[in-house]
Amino acid sequence: MSSAAERLLAVAHAAQDAGEALADVLADALVEGARAGEGGGAGNAPDAGPGSGELEEKLADILAFLRRRLTGEFEVDDFGFDPELTDTVLMALARPLYQRWFRVEVRGIENIPDSGGALVVANHSGAIAIDSLMTSIAVHDEHPQHRFLRMLGADLVFGVPFLGELARKSGATLASNADAERLLARGELVGVWPEGFKGIGKPFSERYKLQRFGRGGFVSAALRTGTPIVPCAIVGAEEIYPVLGNMPTVARLLGLPYAPITPTWPWLGPLGLIPLPSKWLIEFGAPVPTDDHDEHAAEDPMLVFDLTDQVRQTIQQTLYALLVQRRSVFF
Amino acid sequence: MARVVLVTGVSRYLGGRFADILTSQPGIERVIGVDVVPPPHEIGSADFVRADIRNPVIAKVIARAGVDTVVHMNVIATPRQGGGRVSMKEINVIGTMQLLAACQKAPTVRRLVVKSTAGVYGSSPRDPALFTEDTGAKVLPRGGWGKDSVEVEGYVRGFSRRRPDVDVAMLRFANFIGPNIRTALTDYFSLPVVPTVLGFDGRLQFVHEDDGLEALRLATTGPTTGIVNVAGDGVLMLTQAARLAGRPALPVPPALSGVANTLFRRTGLTDFSPDQIRFLSYGRALDTTRMRRDLGLDPRYTTREAFADFVRGRRLRGPLSPDVVQSAEERLLGALRGVVPTGEAS
Repeated sequence: MSSAAERLLAVAHAAQDAGEALADVLADALVEGARAGEGGGAGNAPDAGPGSGELEEKLADILAFLRRRLTGEFEVDDFGFDPELTDTVLMALARPLYQRWFRVEVRGIENIPDSGGALVVANHSGAIAIDSLMTSIAVHDEHPQHRFLRMLGADLVFGVPFLGELARKSGATLASNADAERLLARGELVGVWPEGFKGIGKPFSERYKLQRFGRGGFVSAALRTGTPIVPCAIVGAEEIYPVLGNMPTVARLLGLPYAPITPTWPWLGPLGLIPLPSKWLIEFGAPVPTDDHDEHAAEDPMLVFDLTDQVRQTIQQTLYALLVQRRSVFF
Repeated sequence: MARVVLVTGVSRYLGGRFADILTSQPGIERVIGVDVVPPPHEIGSADFVRADIRNPVIAKVIARAGVDTVVHMNVIATPRQGGGRVSMKEINVIGTMQLLAACQKAPTVRRLVVKSTAGVYGSSPRDPALFTEDTGAKVLPRGGWGKDSVEVEGYVRGFSRRRPDVDVAMLRFANFIGPNIRTALTDYFSLPVVPTVLGFDGRLQFVHEDDGLEALRLATTGPTTGIVNVAGDGVLMLTQAARLAGRPALPVPPALSGVANTLFRRTGLTDFSPDQIRFLSYGRALDTTRMRRDLGLDPRYTTREAFADFVRGRRLRGPLSPDVVQSAEERLLGALRGVVPTGEAS
């Protein structure tokens, strides 16, 4: 049962797994290109083109990067976050999707503090968690401090080959109070999608209707560490894989929380994995402070429920406002 | 505090070194080292007593010498050290029971220090990033050293209920590493090619042998009680550690990892239990707040430095050693300089 799931997911993430190899291939291609150039003009004196110094510098950079990777000369933090790999390879691979495919437009980036802990809470949609990836690129690329968003993921993620490994290396950790509080206390920017599988697996007919926000664990984590909550509304992710139906038996067989049917999946095979090119809007709202409560606030279920509801309502209202402003799904 | 100290497992590397360290401690009058075979190494001025802790004779040793502090370091990690899994389990579990029974009967005993392992936390994808001493295992270790250690800790808890007047300190160590110690993991990183689990890259944490011994010294001579995690700061990814040792990694598909492990064990290359395969997949890291605050240990080596010291001490070299890779890089750059027209050439 699990081996079938592993195979399926391994295929889905094989492309991402190629991440580390990409730089390798890039260097090879450049070297070969240079060699071919030499073969063509073997008899001639070397021509000093204007860009040749630059090219050499770039090659030296790539080689130095490869050397660091090969000899293990890089740092990971306690959570397994590998900033160099994330910055140079993983984000670079996902960036075309962000810039060209979804043409993500970001608003309210100033609501994310320049330093110190903060908890970004967002809606979750789109069958697979591409919205988390796009949000982390939005934060890193648009924010003046280029902060990394440390995502909290379901335990399922960390048991899947390749996906679990990549998740940890890109800064994600288990969605648990212990890990959330530890990250926030260290002054990290943490991203959470409290709807979880209920959010990404919901049918297309329920798009932009927020599901239950877990049990409010994220609010108590913010309260305990006194860090602000930044509500975040993501528009566009609902349309990338319109979930028309679910295959509960298949899901149970593969040990997955759901097995979606979309207009293209599973009918078109791997082609069905190509997301529809919807136009995305990501808006970060005004931070909700949590440090004005006393130290026992996190133990007060009523207050936790109220705050959870307040954050949820803010995101829901922002979603509606953004939908009104949006001209069409794809432009 | 401690005047007469009994150290079990003294014929193994750490036990022997620790007995030696204790003999030079001020206030300690006598150190008794116990094991079934004579120590192959120097144990300083410590007295060696040939005794099996699985045997009630150990009670007589404790009573006759008026032992006030017992350091239990005789929980062994691999079947090879214990002469097979059955005998290993007996040494670990029955040995601990006998030793604790002897301690319970000895009115002179005031302090018990137990060398345990972070293996009791198990290893699973549902684990928090760092284990604190109060975090339970999400998935309990199912066999080998980890399971034995869980049982040993259970007996130690029982003992401390029955003898509340005895101070009990239990240290949960991350994997030991260093230039001299030999463990299943040091053997593993000495393989020419390091087999890993395809699609997984566990977070590893190490404690340098010197820091580990210092932790035991502090626990033996100081007032610390309760459970304390002991580890060097930071983590290394498994593949990163392999590369730092100059070793290329060989990813084995998860479905075959069990078979591969059996193969490696049969050929005597490594000595891993299935739990350790899970450890290599998911890794494990410890919160060391209590180590600093209660035990007062500030490790000299981070996880990375400890591993580097191991690589230096064993003179591990491979195709990914820094000098090899660097010279390859330089050659490649040199070749490119010849190929790519540069500004200087004109």
